Amino acid sequence: MKADKKELAVAALRCGTVIDHVPNDVLFKAVKILGIENIKSHVTIGNNLSSKRLGSKGIIKVADVEFAEDVINRIALIAPHAKINIIRDFDVVEKRYVTLPDEIVGIVRCDNPKCITNNEPMRTRFSVIDRDNLTIRCHYCGRTVKSEDAIID
Amino acid sequence: MNSNSLVSIDDISRDEIVDLLKQARYFEMHPDQKILDGKVVATLFFEPSTRTRLSFETAVNRLGGRVIGFSDASTTSSSKGETLKDTIKMVSNYVDLIIMRHHLEGAARYATEVTDTPVINAGDGAHQHPSQTMLDLYSIYKTQGTLQNLSITMVGDLKYGRTVHSLLMAMRYFNPTFHFIACEELQMPKEYKDFCDKYNIRYYEHRDFTPEVINQSDILYMTRVQRERFTDIMEYERVKNLYTLRSDMLEGARKNMRVLHPLPRVNEIAYDVDDSPHAYYFEQARNGLYARQAIICKALGIDIPKMEITL
Ligand SMILES: [Zn+2]
Repeated sequence: MKADKKELAVAALRCGTVIDHVPNDVLFKAVKILGIENIKSHVTIGNNLSSKRLGSKGIIKVADVEFAEDVINRIALIAPHAKINIIRDFDVVEKRYVTLPDEIVGIVRCDNPKCITNNEPMRTRFSVIDRDNLTIRCHYCGRTVKSEDAIID
Repeated sequence: MNSNSLVSIDDISRDEIVDLLKQARYFEMHPDQKILDGKVVATLFFEPSTRTRLSFETAVNRLGGRVIGFSDASTTSSSKGETLKDTIKMVSNYVDLIIMRHHLEGAARYATEVTDTPVINAGDGAHQHPSQTMLDLYSIYKTQGTLQNLSITMVGDLKYGRTVHSLLMAMRYFNPTFHFIACEELQMPKEYKDFCDKYNIRYYEHRDFTPEVINQSDILYMTRVQRERFTDIMEYERVKNLYTLRSDMLEGARKNMRVLHPLPRVNEIAYDVDDSPHAYYFEQARNGLYARQAIICKALGIDIPKMEITL
């Protein structure tokens, strides 16, 4: 009975993408970054699910969508250990991990109120300056921020 | 984007810094020339700064160029809500070079991205002010005859003072030793101390401003301690006079030691220091003219003779 309920929480997908091992506290940020709000096909979002590795995790299942690599990599900013499963006909045809790009354009808002990016209609640009500590720096004002603290627009 | 633009001192290499110093030397010997004949330069001061604007405009005028611009954004269309991008694009139609100052950090970097006209950053908020750094380097070179192996003591507001941060970064090529003298609230930020560690630059931190530190310095770089930087006004009242330089503190100073200050000063250098042979802050401002002439010519891609200097 318990096993059945668990099955239900992570219902199988015929085709699409499963984004697994997303930390609970950033799940909805990840949803936002990937623009999942605007997707019309079936979307299942689960949070606080038990995980052997994380203890507890979030998961996103999107039917009939395979994200472009540069799009999916955007969540590396907040979920560097997320695992991506591409599903076709109920089979996992590809597994991969996200990788943080060198430059992040337009997702993160600079937390410096005197930064030009907060005062002009323009896109932000951040570069990754420390991959181990996931630290990014504003290309314009130089303000650095840990990516887990980054404000997502 | 024009690759001759100068937004941050960090954008240029050691060789480029040295070339600019050699050219500043040339302009000091030949300040009046018709090099910019037929050129029009815009000075766009979205934030007023009379001192910096006059220095840049004098530099253009002495080289025979002409200047258009504004000295206060409240008189321009940006006060009516025009974006920076639109102002820069409009002005780009008219001029060969844009020199801009803005209260927002990163404004100059953004300006370089929306135009092919070269842009010189004349200060963007608390962020960068590379021509100030060049004139500081030139002043240090002139007074010491070298930039290598110097002991530089920075005093006052080391937390918010962009001039000390930029100077610190530019000196990384020349094996300096730094002494940082500041109160608890205005200490040198961690990122600049990390920077020193990364480049193997020696630094020592002090709370007290004493003759012992002055006596081992080649350069004493003074900055203004401003009331508005303090969260606790009592703390400001307590420390405001602790970082003031008086002439009696200079008695044991090295003969070559010079006192620099980006100006304007308030009370951090007593007036009796002005007559000391160690005082250099007024000449320092004049060096800004030559440094800016060199920067302007570099931005316009004009080749200038380089005087031999030994570093
Ligand atoms: Zn910024």
